[in-house]
Amino acid sequence: MRKVFTLGLVIISLTGFAQSAKKPVAKKPVTHVSAATLSINRGKLVYQKFCMSCHQADGGGVPNLNPPLIGTTGVLGNKNRLVKIVRNGLQEHVEIDGEFYSNNMPPFKMLTDQQVADVLTYIRRSFGNKATPVLKSEVSPYYAKGKK
Amino acid sequence: MKIKSILKACACLLFWSSLGLNTTGQSQNAGLKLPPGFSAKTILDSSGKTRHLVVLPGGLIYVKMARPWKGNGIMILKEDNAGKASIAGGFGDYGGTGIYVKNGYLYASSNEAVFRYKLNEKNEVLTPDQPERIITGLKMGRQHETKSIVLDNDNNIYVNIGSPSNSCQLQDRQPGSLGVPGCPLLDSAGGIWQFRVDKADQSYSQGIRYATGLRNVVGLDWNQQNNTLFVTQHGRDQLNDLFPAFYTAQQNAELPAECLYMIKKGDDAGFPFAYYDQLQKKYMQAPEYGGDGKKEAGKKYLEPVVAFPGHMAPNGLLFYTGTQFPEKYRNGAFVAFHGSWNRTPQKQEGYYVVFVPFANGKPSGNWEVFADGFSGQAEVMTPRQAKHRPCGLAQGPDGALYVTDDVKGTIYKIEYKK
Repeated sequence: MRKVFTLGLVIISLTGFAQSAKKPVAKKPVTHVSAATLSINRGKLVYQKFCMSCHQADGGGVPNLNPPLIGTTGVLGNKNRLVKIVRNGLQEHVEIDGEFYSNNMPPFKMLTDQQVADVLTYIRRSFGNKATPVLKSEVSPYYAKGKK
Repeated sequence: MKIKSILKACACLLFWSSLGLNTTGQSQNAGLKLPPGFSAKTILDSSGKTRHLVVLPGGLIYVKMARPWKGNGIMILKEDNAGKASIAGGFGDYGGTGIYVKNGYLYASSNEAVFRYKLNEKNEVLTPDQPERIITGLKMGRQHETKSIVLDNDNNIYVNIGSPSNSCQLQDRQPGSLGVPGCPLLDSAGGIWQFRVDKADQSYSQGIRYATGLRNVVGLDWNQQNNTLFVTQHGRDQLNDLFPAFYTAQQNAELPAECLYMIKKGDDAGFPFAYYDQLQKKYMQAPEYGGDGKKEAGKKYLEPVVAFPGHMAPNGLLFYTGTQFPEKYRNGAFVAFHGSWNRTPQKQEGYYVVFVPFANGKPSGNWEVFADGFSGQAEVMTPRQAKHRPCGLAQGPDGALYVTDDVKGTIYKIEYKK
């Protein structure tokens, strides 16, 4: 009897919690979310679809194969270089902290400028990284000039 | 007072046992989970990337290093009677994976060549700076570049030459990119080559392409029971990443099989045109070569001896010929799985040593995990979490099993006592 009562309480509190948890989210005004956060959220989806398989969910990469995206100068530094890597891929032996990474990264030409900006913003602001966002306007001119 | 000290002793014992530590400070069985009656310890923590190894009578161990470590591509260890190894030197200025001993010679590979060194009666290398280069000029890409080696009983040496790409696409690892027609790289890679053990500077023109259609073999051993070569292949990656219309992420995680093959001259294991699906027990046409996830590839390719789940990376193969382990293990195969990366978003698999029972050169039962716990994690979500990754296997003169780890350069010794 006591068990049934406890179970009942748990169910009630769970459903209650679920309801109360839902409401504030629905009420929360969307306008308060910063453009960078929106870009990060969109970028996460791009990352999961195109990048996570090799660079892994935690951005840690794969030893000997796929470079980590955590705290590396490549990720935190020059934005143009990052855009170029996403657009053209990378077919080089990369050395980071004395370790070598040699897998081929394909070019991701199918991504829109906005998607490139979003995914780069996501990696520059995730896995403990705290670099500035990449804006669409920083991706577009690079491509308009047809640089390779 | 007495009671207090007894309590203290008990608490201390509890503390140590809760940590799984024994009196020598090593965790129990070096953190490995083993079948009853087996025990494990680490004989060395080196911090070098230890790949394949050989263990010889007299306590000498030669370990091939992925990259020269402290200037040496081959590390010499001396194991004392208490089972602790110390570094006794090294030689060879080249990194690599393959190492093997037969008939008084030590054979070792770089990623492009194979060298041999004469051993004296104590199994010491006489002239470490003057090896004979017996094979040279082998193809080396930026992936699957390591060369694993084994010898038969007729003065031949077998060398893996891995495919420099994932699946012979026109653009390697590019979503949707199709296969290069005919995949001409198979002329010089993606197979096992046979050379003589005693000729200098052999290359492709002096060697024989013994078997083809093998994407990348890292583990290989000669089965003395049926006098035949066996190899473990690393199957292709990224079915879902590259062809999402044909494969789900779940299928990507499972497929294709990591295969153990028995190899005879002229065999073709299908790469890159087909891959083995261990769930359907069939060869399927690769999506780069007309496949759609459903099209079968027919019966023209070599049937695997064992088809393991995908991406686990079998890096070491050893047929156990010792007598220390129980009867069940005699002549069976140990396979060291380095562990997967291409199973996201699922947890990764491998990171253990499995055993396959054999009788008369054929599996006589299902494979089972023999030694687990190398990763030090309950679940490995991403390979970087693994503290150790099994790579090379060797049998000691007394029948103990040695396992290398190429993350921290730990060498494990697994023993059985009745």
